[in-house]
Amino acid sequence: MSAEDTHSSSVEVAARVERRWAIIAVIIISGMALLAAFAGIHQATMPQPRVETTDPSRIHLSGEFVESNLGSVLEANGNVTVRAIGQQYSFTPACIVVPVDTPITLRATSADVVHGILIQGTNVNTMLVPGYISEQLMRFGKTGDYLMPCQEFCSFGHEGMWGKVKVIDKAEFANRAKSGGRLSCVGQ
Amino acid sequence: MLVNRKLILAHFWFAFAVFGVALTLGAWQMFIRSPIGTWLSNPELYYRSLTAHGTVMGYVFPTLVAMGFGYAISESALEQRLVGVRWAWTGFWLIVIGSIMAVIPIALGRASVLYTFYPPLIGNLFYYLGVVLVVVGSWIWVALMSINLRVWRKAHPGAAVPLAMYANVAGSYLWAWTAVGAALELLLQIIPVAAGLKNTIDAGLARIFFSWTLHAIVYFWLMPTYIAYYTIVPRAIGGRVYSDSMARISFILFLVVAMPIGIHHTFADPQVGAGFKFIHSAFTALVALPTLLTVFTICASVEIAARLRGGRGVFGWIRALPWDNPMMLALAFSFVMLGFGGAGGLINMSYQLDASIHNTQWITGHFHLIFGGAIVIMYFAIAYDLWPHLTGRELIDVRLIRTQLWLWFVGMIVTTFPWHWVGILGMPRRMAYFDFGDPAIAPQALSVTFSAIGGFILLTSGIMFIVILARGMRAPLAEAGAYRFAVAVHQPTTVPVALNTHALWVALMIALTITNYGYPILNLATTAGTSVPAVYVGAQ
Repeated sequence: MSAEDTHSSSVEVAARVERRWAIIAVIIISGMALLAAFAGIHQATMPQPRVETTDPSRIHLSGEFVESNLGSVLEANGNVTVRAIGQQYSFTPACIVVPVDTPITLRATSADVVHGILIQGTNVNTMLVPGYISEQLMRFGKTGDYLMPCQEFCSFGHEGMWGKVKVIDKAEFANRAKSGGRLSCVGQ
Repeated sequence: MLVNRKLILAHFWFAFAVFGVALTLGAWQMFIRSPIGTWLSNPELYYRSLTAHGTVMGYVFPTLVAMGFGYAISESALEQRLVGVRWAWTGFWLIVIGSIMAVIPIALGRASVLYTFYPPLIGNLFYYLGVVLVVVGSWIWVALMSINLRVWRKAHPGAAVPLAMYANVAGSYLWAWTAVGAALELLLQIIPVAAGLKNTIDAGLARIFFSWTLHAIVYFWLMPTYIAYYTIVPRAIGGRVYSDSMARISFILFLVVAMPIGIHHTFADPQVGAGFKFIHSAFTALVALPTLLTVFTICASVEIAARLRGGRGVFGWIRALPWDNPMMLALAFSFVMLGFGGAGGLINMSYQLDASIHNTQWITGHFHLIFGGAIVIMYFAIAYDLWPHLTGRELIDVRLIRTQLWLWFVGMIVTTFPWHWVGILGMPRRMAYFDFGDPAIAPQALSVTFSAIGGFILLTSGIMFIVILARGMRAPLAEAGAYRFAVAVHQPTTVPVALNTHALWVALMIALTITNYGYPILNLATTAGTSVPAVYVGAQ
């Protein structure tokens, strides 16, 4: 075998090994994307799907985010809706109360700058962008207190913006909801 | 053939000087928010520091390294004097002036908006103008890289463009285009408000513009590192590049797929629908491809060096590598950090997993590991490798260099691993302090302390780096010879046109940006009633 032959055969070997690796890499990547698509469609786990807008300079005057409508409400079908707003530097309500093992819809927005809601120990995590409504579906499997910090820089007081979520027994929540109105930790 | 050494040295020295300042601020932040620091009486100081740290580390430091390295590549790889030296100096001074202009309002507490701007928070006008000047200065570099390559092509019709220059120009085009997102946000939205011409701003749209810049900017930071992987490391350790064409493919893949993926930063945002979030998630998976290809090619190139040094066996060759060579050490550290950081990145880009860690300390840990770790450690290696050629003096402190690299690696791991951990526990980002007295937060105190110690290890390493370079300016004179780049096992004489030019790939980059960003931007821009009142920093 001449030197020329060795050279060209080594080029072929190199190219073949390289091609195999590239194919493996492409398979890994397509696998990941398919997995995400499957989980998104089949288990309905995906980021917020819809875009809804609201005017932050008028939310305190009318619409679903007026003060009297903030807090938790038991819907006719047994689900719970929580409405909250973030503003420099607190959430309203500062302590959210919800029942355990219940499908909950969190609807929230910001009254001023960009904030975020994160409930520690869960994967509830959403941005609050003024002008837009954030919606998250959640369900708590355990009763107890959860910390709910603002997770986005909202100016100097950001480090002090911590809310709370109190997850209570289903019957207790139903009992409190009987009197109507919007529930929060206040009065408990 | 490095002729304009002063120009390159000026870029590197200004880069490393501001890096030293920002690193010190970073270490102070780590300390003050940890249980070993006293509770900060004025948290506002923390956010001045954080804005300065981010602005310098994000916009000034890596840009200057890419520019200085780019000029060095242009002169040495093309073996051609830099065309447009005066313009290059203009770009440099624009960056110096811009940096100073941006830092003054930050220091005065008038621009604590973080380097990510966060409208409707609005800071002092001069902060934004300073950032614009920095970007304009760097665009001059982009133009010069393109012009220099064109001049070379005219003199060498049909010849293969040296890999280092091919990659360098790809990186410059990526930067030119990715900076457009933040430029649109600044020029169309923020600056009119900061200048007092308007008092409302669409925060949702601004976040989308910024996401256009926010992801691909990381790949711009990464470019010098990847260029070093392919074109410096194999030469420095006595190996060869396994495949020249695979290297080119990796660089053009970065150019094309680093851009249309930024919306993965807004998975948790309410202003984008699920469809585009999924598209961007899938494209983000694609960007792992050039990195996977690179890991293969570089490991194979390193193996060639080991086998040439007598390494045997399936894994036995690893022992035969020149481990006392700083370049070898830097590469190994860089790869380990890239491995961990990259794995974390796959979690962040996942459509579903992101919700668990979005805006927690996990993210801080992730990008410090990738940028501060994998990328910056190669900036050190690039500086060490180029220094003797720039100063005409020998770098004699090889032991010190090795210690410095070790400390940076250890410091980065000690800083970022606990960050990842507390992030999983739900500790939010960008907090001036934590109430460790709260029983729910108390268990995280130990991790935060470890991170702070890591911060001081990094600061020590950073100081050593600057001392080594400063001593290198006064070392005995020694002619380092011409600056050379690694050659491939099969060095190409001709390269297919597609892998020798950029036009096709730039067109694809722009087209994919339009398909992936056009609709979300148009949709937000035409939705009425989403402009919200500006909130002025320092006015409260």
